[in-house]
Amino acid sequence: MKLELKGITKRFGSLVANDHIDLVVEPGQVHSLLGENGAGKSTLMNVLYGLYQPTEGTILVNDKPVTFSGPGEAMASGIGMVHQHFMLVPVFTVAENVALGNESVGAGGILNLAETRTRIRQISDQYGFDVDPDAIVEDLPVGVQQRVEIIKALVRDAEVLILDEPTAVLTPKETDELLGIMGQLKADGKSIVFISHKLREVKAVSDVITVIRRGKVVGTAEPGASTTELASLMVGRSVSLTLQKAPAAPGEVTFKVRDLTVRAANGQHVVDGLSFDIAQGEILAIAGVQGNGQTELTEAIMGLQEHVSGSITLDGEELLGRSVRDVIKEGVGFVPEDRSVEGLVGTFSVAENLILNRYDEAPFARGLSMRPAVIEKNAQEKIAEYDVRTQSAAAAAGTLSGGNQQKVVMAREFSRPLKLFIASQPTRGVDVGSIEFLHKRIVAERDGGTPVMIVSTELDEVLELADRIAVLYRGRLMGIVPADTSRDVLGLMMAGMHADEALAQATELQGGDQ
Amino acid sequence: MSTVTTAAPDRSAAPAGAVRSWKTPILLAVLALVALLVFGAGAPRNNVTFRLSDPNDAIVLPDLVLPAVATGWLTAVVLAALAVLAVLAVRRGAAVPVWLVAVFAVLFLIGFLTWVVGSANNPNVALYGLLAGSVTLAVPLIFGSLSGVLSERSGVVNIAIEGQLLFGAFAAAVAASVSGSAIVGLFAAALAGVIVSFLLAVFSIRYIVNQVIVGVVLNVLVSGLTGFLFSSVLSKDAEMWNSPPRLPVLSIPVLSEIPILGPILFEQTIVGYLMYIAVAVVYVALFRSRWGLRTRAVGEHPKAADTLGVNVNRMRFMNVLLAGVVAGVGGSFFTLVSVSGFGRDMTAGQGYIALAALIFGRWNPIGAFFAALLFGFATNLSNVLSLLGTPVPDQFLRMLPYVVTVFAVAGLVGRSRAPGASGIPYVKG
Repeated sequence: MKLELKGITKRFGSLVANDHIDLVVEPGQVHSLLGENGAGKSTLMNVLYGLYQPTEGTILVNDKPVTFSGPGEAMASGIGMVHQHFMLVPVFTVAENVALGNESVGAGGILNLAETRTRIRQISDQYGFDVDPDAIVEDLPVGVQQRVEIIKALVRDAEVLILDEPTAVLTPKETDELLGIMGQLKADGKSIVFISHKLREVKAVSDVITVIRRGKVVGTAEPGASTTELASLMVGRSVSLTLQKAPAAPGEVTFKVRDLTVRAANGQHVVDGLSFDIAQGEILAIAGVQGNGQTELTEAIMGLQEHVSGSITLDGEELLGRSVRDVIKEGVGFVPEDRSVEGLVGTFSVAENLILNRYDEAPFARGLSMRPAVIEKNAQEKIAEYDVRTQSAAAAAGTLSGGNQQKVVMAREFSRPLKLFIASQPTRGVDVGSIEFLHKRIVAERDGGTPVMIVSTELDEVLELADRIAVLYRGRLMGIVPADTSRDVLGLMMAGMHADEALAQATELQGGDQ
Repeated sequence: MSTVTTAAPDRSAAPAGAVRSWKTPILLAVLALVALLVFGAGAPRNNVTFRLSDPNDAIVLPDLVLPAVATGWLTAVVLAALAVLAVLAVRRGAAVPVWLVAVFAVLFLIGFLTWVVGSANNPNVALYGLLAGSVTLAVPLIFGSLSGVLSERSGVVNIAIEGQLLFGAFAAAVAASVSGSAIVGLFAAALAGVIVSFLLAVFSIRYIVNQVIVGVVLNVLVSGLTGFLFSSVLSKDAEMWNSPPRLPVLSIPVLSEIPILGPILFEQTIVGYLMYIAVAVVYVALFRSRWGLRTRAVGEHPKAADTLGVNVNRMRFMNVLLAGVVAGVGGSFFTLVSVSGFGRDMTAGQGYIALAALIFGRWNPIGAFFAALLFGFATNLSNVLSLLGTPVPDQFLRMLPYVVTVFAVAGLVGRSRAPGASGIPYVKG
């Protein structure tokens, strides 16, 4: 099936999300859409899938113009979509999820799930998916849930599959498997639209690459193009992808975690017996696939978790069992993973957000009253220092872009002397330009002698920042390895292999190649 | 509903470290202590008679006569043993098994009944009447909570059950009085429920007003409107406006003669039979039909349903209207079955109790049915006991259904999980 987008424009009020985009997807082709977060890739695909109506432009299927008033019509035309946030009902079985909207029914509207199960088994066997139609979706690993999404599209005879940032939630191994599946689908004559901002993956699978920036197509590239070339096309200026940082000069070990265990309400050990140290002037990166205990680890240190046992000491002081406020006063700076919910108060002004943790202290407060002039002056300084793009210090923080919001959070946390700095997903959803800046600030804090802990699910970020890397899998430590460890070894560890085993297996594989 | 727990590898590996909930064992221990002190030590020294069937029935079961002291001690000791078992289970790191809680509840009830009836002036109670009366009192609650199931499973919180019941009761009374036909009253009740539902749907789905607030406003509106019409029209000419004929009781021959169960299942009005049918139909439809799959999807993850071509807001709108039909019919119980005639605010908060039954029944039609029965039983028990002249003051007995509600909704009997998107309006994009 040939799919063509002609002059697609989508406006939300005054915001132009897509600006006259042209795109042709040939049958049996993997067509990548490369662009930063917020470049308009997802909007474009939602237009194609019938979730949004284009303001201007036409969609052509096999050279015939079509309009989709909803996803149902897009599916009927052979377009299937795997969304970045899975569109699966968590309490339903796989079969129920696949059947939904496309049910085969008997007399009186009674469901006939047997047919759906057969189709699932058939597709599952054909592509080696290993999906049980009767499993409850919320019990399945993320990688399998994604396959359920692909099955959903295939059951509806999709000829064009749109995969929206499919690798964001996968381990490196699962990513490789997905890339393999994409190859199989392509061999079967399906077309794939692959949306990503990860250059390596895009280069590995694409037949054609279209780069989008600020809602416009800024160029197309061959998969052979170099990474720096693609990156500068995506960002619109040349960027240095590698961070310049001096080797770490670790000092005294001031932050110690011993036998830290965090239990969820159902008794499951979400963090299981962790022990590690961080020295002054060192960055320890916590790697791992999302949902393996990273969130609970950082929250346990901050005092945000219940049911914690073990010990966490900073400069010999026990942090466990103290209130969040106490931990902050001890000199712990924290950038939470979801800045819009936990890092900022969206309706408060930038100036107010900049003093959220010191609003009651001098110089921002005197007695019971706050001092707006001082707060305003502080805001102006920070906005200049961190290059926060905002209309004014009085603008609501929620109106800022992701990168600028993160600068506000970082500016706040770095604005007092720290004894420990923790950042969770410091650059998620942040534009490449801001990433560079934020990374430099983090390294500067390290060079100032603060122990730094970075939690990231992006291996690129981990490799760039870390002095040492700790890998978490199901709440357990798979080992702490040096920063120059290969991606293969880290990938194996992220899938649940201990460091020494992973190292042995990786060398063995390399030996076999030679 | 499912018990699949495959993805919890650590649960069996570390039983000692599991997070224990002492809520249930503590509650059971306190209740067992109460049983020992009250049912055992405080037992009246006489025999308690439970009459199992009406002397006029075709099959007459002999009366059940229990010695209060022996029964009291026996139940109290078994209750204490069960409480100990619960404590041991939690110490092992396991959850308190459901059967234990169920057996505990039944035994506690037997102990309580024996004690309270034994202490009455006349230690003799008609058990068959107590049970049949419970079902009758539960009828509007069951309709109300089914209405809640339909609405909340599709993602719209239905606080307006109270208003739907009351308006249904009012419309049934007026329509039946004017037309002289109780069946016309029944249809009018359904229509009245739909009208309240329509307002709820328009404001909460179309205009995205907070669903709880719309619901409460509708309840107040219906209460005020019916109260005004009652005093300005209905009481002026009750003959014309407020003297509905009652729905006849339709006994099914033979089956209705079965002791205890017969009157409960086979000696009902149309509303009573409709109630049983509605529970079964809603259950099957919700879990086995296309409509049910879509309804649950829309209530759990509307966006997922939308991306598969299901029209979320239309689905919700239809479900809320259907909920209105069900609750409206339930409302007709008050004026066509219970008493003949409408009274100001005669639903007296039953809609809210129905809401509690919905939560206690875990948003499942069958669960809601039994939860509503429990509340019906508590209400009827307080009625019967106040007639018997028990040592417990009347006011306390009348608190019984509400106390049961509070404990039930506090989640003391297991975790209740609401539909994922209940109360959250769906806006595209």
